[in-house]
Amino acid sequence: MEQLLAIRARGVTKSFGDVVALDGIDLDVTQGQIHGLVGPNGAGKTTLLGLLLGLAVADSGRLEVLGTPVGRALDSPDGVAGFVDGPALYPSLTPRQNLAALAALRGHEARTAGIDDVLAEVGLTGVADDRARGFSLGMRQRLGLAAALLTKPRLLVLDEPSNGLDPAGKKHVHGVLNRLAADGTAVVLSSHNMDDLEALCSEVTIVATGRVVFSGPLSKLAADNRELDYRLLTSDPQAARRMAGDTPGVRVVDDAGVRQADAKLLVVRAMVPALEDLVVRLVEEGVALRELTPVVSPLEAAFLALTEQQEAGR
Amino acid sequence: MTATLTQSPEQEHQPVTRGRRVPVTRACRFEFVKLVSQWRIRLLVLACWIVPALFVAGVSRQSTLPSDTLFGRWMHATGWAGPLVVLGFAGTWALPLLTSVVAGDVFASEDRLGTWRHLFVAVRSPRRIFAAKALASLTVILVLVAGLACSSAIGGLLTVGNHPLVGVDGHLLTPEDAAVKVLLAWVCVLAPTLALAGIGLLGSVMLGRSPMGLLLPALVAIIMQVTQILPLPVAVRLALPGYAFISWNGLFTSPTQLAPLLIAVAVSLAWAVLATVLAYVLFQRRDFTNLAYDGSGRRALTVGLLPLVGLPALSVAAVAVSTSSMGSGIEQGKVQRSVATAFAHLYRMQTDQLHRPAVAEAQLRTTATCAKSAGKGAQEGAGNNWRCVVSWHLPGVAVTGTAIYQIDITSDGRFVADGDGPKEVNGYFLMRTSTGDAPNPLWQFDGNVELLDTSSKG
Repeated sequence: MEQLLAIRARGVTKSFGDVVALDGIDLDVTQGQIHGLVGPNGAGKTTLLGLLLGLAVADSGRLEVLGTPVGRALDSPDGVAGFVDGPALYPSLTPRQNLAALAALRGHEARTAGIDDVLAEVGLTGVADDRARGFSLGMRQRLGLAAALLTKPRLLVLDEPSNGLDPAGKKHVHGVLNRLAADGTAVVLSSHNMDDLEALCSEVTIVATGRVVFSGPLSKLAADNRELDYRLLTSDPQAARRMAGDTPGVRVVDDAGVRQADAKLLVVRAMVPALEDLVVRLVEEGVALRELTPVVSPLEAAFLALTEQQEAGR
Repeated sequence: MTATLTQSPEQEHQPVTRGRRVPVTRACRFEFVKLVSQWRIRLLVLACWIVPALFVAGVSRQSTLPSDTLFGRWMHATGWAGPLVVLGFAGTWALPLLTSVVAGDVFASEDRLGTWRHLFVAVRSPRRIFAAKALASLTVILVLVAGLACSSAIGGLLTVGNHPLVGVDGHLLTPEDAAVKVLLAWVCVLAPTLALAGIGLLGSVMLGRSPMGLLLPALVAIIMQVTQILPLPVAVRLALPGYAFISWNGLFTSPTQLAPLLIAVAVSLAWAVLATVLAYVLFQRRDFTNLAYDGSGRRALTVGLLPLVGLPALSVAAVAVSTSSMGSGIEQGKVQRSVATAFAHLYRMQTDQLHRPAVAEAQLRTTATCAKSAGKGAQEGAGNNWRCVVSWHLPGVAVTGTAIYQIDITSDGRFVADGDGPKEVNGYFLMRTSTGDAPNPLWQFDGNVELLDTSSKG
């Protein structure tokens, strides 16, 4: 079954003077998908987000947003909302006034624009009439999200939306984004926080030096990836160490630098199949497995490996 | 390589439309809301609508009046002097600073707050954003100027009353005439205010978050004022936008000294238009996706400032060719005519106040003989070394009356005549009337030498 595409980019390039920000970017994002954009600083993420919001126009290639070709600056179709380089708001206005001014800009009455609803959605009802001047970064992020939600977007473009959010706030925002995606809105978010991306995104695109080095489901990224380091906490560390050493494709890492003081903890390096063999052997030998977690997430490991490869190949 | 998207029934019901651009009226309202939400703008509005009234009311009740300010010496006599005193002050200080705070910050504030992208995504048109910002700042400036004018007029009228106003050449304006001319004077200074506002917009676009953008209108205004103090040719003086802050006093002479005022207003409007167009061009060329842009590139300075530097040269040439006025404009004949005219008008006023037999200005056949530096050197130009002997004839009196004045003329043509005897005419500050002591209008009076030769002689 064909999926509806919210974004379709083919061979998109963008340069600023001599600096090539995007170098032949291909990207597909379907409706209802939360798509992560990840890459080192200067990789071109913000430029790409800017193109999606219509803030700039590609030098070459083809970009379609919500099925509409975008050929000129500020030409993105209705239904696209979001922010790049952090949320923007006017500190001399309250959140309610900020949103009312935006609603009025679009020709909506403040009463009927759903301002209270979006403020409640992002958890800002309690401070709706306080001046935004004193807001923390997290509150500003929520207000930026509320401003985007006010337009009832079909494509939401967010740049580091979890910056400054406390765990509760992060959970709240994740809930909002998941609900939007469930309702069919495509969400593209860039972040350096791998945990966020893993928690939210069904697909990710890794960008380095203006090029896509990976684009696809997170599961594919993990499968494609090479060996990862895993933390093993067992009932018998010595037996576990011995069995890990005997299991083909598994290596004990003694210099992993993770909780070295904990004698019960073992760090092994393996691909998923070899790791599964080790787990089976541990269980067969009656060694209880209390914890098995990757030292770094598959996404982070892949990100580091792929971007390092890209940097080395320049 | 373009793929055809599969359309679901839901998507067919939600057709994707091209991003709609926001109308300028809505964008303007948005900008206005943002401006008015700033405490400094609210404070300015409040100050402009309250402080002038309090100032005029306070000064009008004092025994000592600001006689060094045009119309200041008449603040006891009529409520219409107050708004003109405030106008003189506003042209020097208040209006340049107001335009700096409003127009000089309207673009820079978005740089400071990092809100440009937000604004572009919302409005989707640089042209409309520029128009909205320019219109919103213009609206706020108009509200501020209206506040200064209305507040000072209300303060004066409530404190002193709606009485006739003595013009710059001593002739008496009815309260109705005074009201109209006070309004006209404030309208005229809108032109240089707009010029400064245009410069403010340019500075704000060109220099971004740099404080120099904010200060540019005030800086230009100071340069204009200093230039007006210098002994420059008339053509240069008139070709600068700041002259309209001075030339409104030509409205209060009879006949009206209209030519310098119209030229100054035209020059100011030309500056306003050019500065605004340059700001627009720079704004349109700006790349808002480039974070490294700080607005102060060489191109910005070239496109923004060079044409503005060229405009005065063009204006000077145009004024010089059209008026043939390349000297100081302050010539002996003009000084004599101005002093004689003012004296005649004020003599008639003094006669009325002392309840002497009525006399008309024409009957007095007043003349003045003036000399600079006791007749040594060129008999023209500004200075405090002019001395005039005024002569007049009273009907039925064989003896010719004479009075001596020391004249201090500034380079913009304004003069103060200081009476130097005889004591019966202009020797004392006060004169005894039937209702008590009153200021002697002939003891010291203001006047204005028209710098251009274009108006008919009064």
